[in-house]
Amino acid sequence: MSTSTHSRRPRESAAAVVGSPQSRRRGTKPVNWRRTGAWVLVMIAVVVTIAPFLWMLRTALSSNHSLASNAGNLLPADFSWGAFQRVLGLQSPEQAIAEGGSGAAINFWLYLRNSIVFATMTTAGQVFFSAMAAYAFSRLRWPGRNKVFAIFLATMMVPPIFTALPNFLMIKNLGLLNSFAGLALPYMFMTPFAIFFLRQFFLSMSREVEEAAMLDGAKHLRIFFQIVIPNAAAPLATLALLTFIGQWNEYFWPLLVGQDENVRVLTVGLGVFKSQSPQGAPDWSGLMAATLVAALPVLLLFIAFGKKVVNSIGFSGIK
Amino acid sequence: MTTLAKQAEPAAPPQSGKPSRFSIRRIGDLKIALLFIFPALIGFVVFFLIPTIRGIYLSFTEYSILGDPTWIGIKNYTAIFSDDLFWNAMAVTVQYVALNIGFQTVIAIGLALLMHRVAKSTFIRGALLLPFLVANVIVALLWFWMLDYQLGIVNEVISWMGLPRIAFFGSEQWAIPTIAFVNVWRHMGYTALLIFAGLQSIPNHVYEVANLDGASPTRTFWSITMPLLRPVLVLVLVVTVIGSFQVFDTVAVTTGGGPVNASRVIQMYIYQKAFGESDFGYASALSVILFIILALVAFIQMKFLKGNETDLD
Repeated sequence: MSTSTHSRRPRESAAAVVGSPQSRRRGTKPVNWRRTGAWVLVMIAVVVTIAPFLWMLRTALSSNHSLASNAGNLLPADFSWGAFQRVLGLQSPEQAIAEGGSGAAINFWLYLRNSIVFATMTTAGQVFFSAMAAYAFSRLRWPGRNKVFAIFLATMMVPPIFTALPNFLMIKNLGLLNSFAGLALPYMFMTPFAIFFLRQFFLSMSREVEEAAMLDGAKHLRIFFQIVIPNAAAPLATLALLTFIGQWNEYFWPLLVGQDENVRVLTVGLGVFKSQSPQGAPDWSGLMAATLVAALPVLLLFIAFGKKVVNSIGFSGIK
Repeated sequence: MTTLAKQAEPAAPPQSGKPSRFSIRRIGDLKIALLFIFPALIGFVVFFLIPTIRGIYLSFTEYSILGDPTWIGIKNYTAIFSDDLFWNAMAVTVQYVALNIGFQTVIAIGLALLMHRVAKSTFIRGALLLPFLVANVIVALLWFWMLDYQLGIVNEVISWMGLPRIAFFGSEQWAIPTIAFVNVWRHMGYTALLIFAGLQSIPNHVYEVANLDGASPTRTFWSITMPLLRPVLVLVLVVTVIGSFQVFDTVAVTTGGGPVNASRVIQMYIYQKAFGESDFGYASALSVILFIILALVAFIQMKFLKGNETDLD
């Protein structure tokens, strides 16, 4: 039930024939008023969604001490790059404290590296191994195939917290706490969602090229790498994008097993940064600069591939 | 693994039609299939299956991470039953879920209709999706700042209007509604997109007939859109309710469960029991209960809202 097919369905005619059924306005010129009202609502929704991000930027570009006296000013209060410099470690501790920071080192670059390593490792492993499994569940015929697939799918129902505690104990017993292996292993092999997502796509692929290759004596491994993977580049990229964003944002598991500086990811680091803030007058500028930089990779990915993400969300996108 | 395969290689290319599953030749795919699912199978067994069984086992033990788990039967469960903090956590979680899902679903349906009827641009859909792509932690910190009692812009506006400032995260009565609102803001665009995809699957001719019959827009919405959208709505509700019950990140970063017990949701309580008090047996029993609740919620929703049936036929 991929959405890309749905989204191409012509629907303009329905919208033209029937007005917006949710609108209760029925004035003398019903169509115009209804459309105007609907657009106002859309614009309100967009503003409510976007404005907080602009406020984040505005705060990050303010000087922390001036925030209090300019709380309602829409422009940056006493414009300064100080917050970004503080977060990126370009300020001396004395200067940072003078500008309202805690002065504690926050190793932002290290957390950034850790987030990249963690998200990349898990995305690469998960997408590749899930693609292999999805191939077996869609293009190969073997006894028990559908039963095994159903069991895999059933694990979607198990809440993450439920497996998190035993997994933590296992990682601890293996001595992998505070290591990238410990962080990444539970995510690296599969998720039921990834297998489900790719299986749907593999099922819809034409068998003709594959059969021709088989007649030429190609083995399944070659077919998988030379025919299936290149043909599935688009859904694989979409899945990789969604997985990467999800892993970048992951908080609970890294909080459990990755407290050590050397493997601490950005989300966990931000939590620590917030709790380090001086209690009386928190370093809001620094905090907002940090959140903005932490969100930046996802924002950039979204600007570059937004259409892909938007169109991939539908029935098959339910996570 | 090799012993299971009767035949080394598939003898012939698979048929494009409906190959018989019982054909002897098909068994030949088993070996290569096992190779292909091997990594996923490892991940499934080691990180899903064994932990699930172990989690159930641990819930019947007393285990403080040091030493070995001791079997204590159902003592954890009887203790939970008379644990005021557990009942408080449940009440707080249910309150959160009701507020979060109630507002989120209504707003998302409205947004989905707008996307479907008026605003078809991918840009607008993308903009509305944006908060969902940003980490929970980041969203929580952003609103923690905007809703700050002293300097937050929201309280600035409130005081301009001559109203008293509100301690959104700091007061017992506001903490949960505030956290629920923050997550409504994060999820409404995403939920709207899911519902939007469902709206697109309703055939146009149904609307055309309704229009010819002179049905009002309101009537069309309640008599056509909602009933035909039901299977999708149920699916969306099952997924969002299950997700909502497991709220943690937003609470952990902002209130940490406080003030007092006001926002200690069930997952926060499990986390504190396991990692604050090193009581893994008790925490496991709590997660078993959460698991059962989620399964029941999904079952009830599917059963009574008839999520797997469609009215289109």
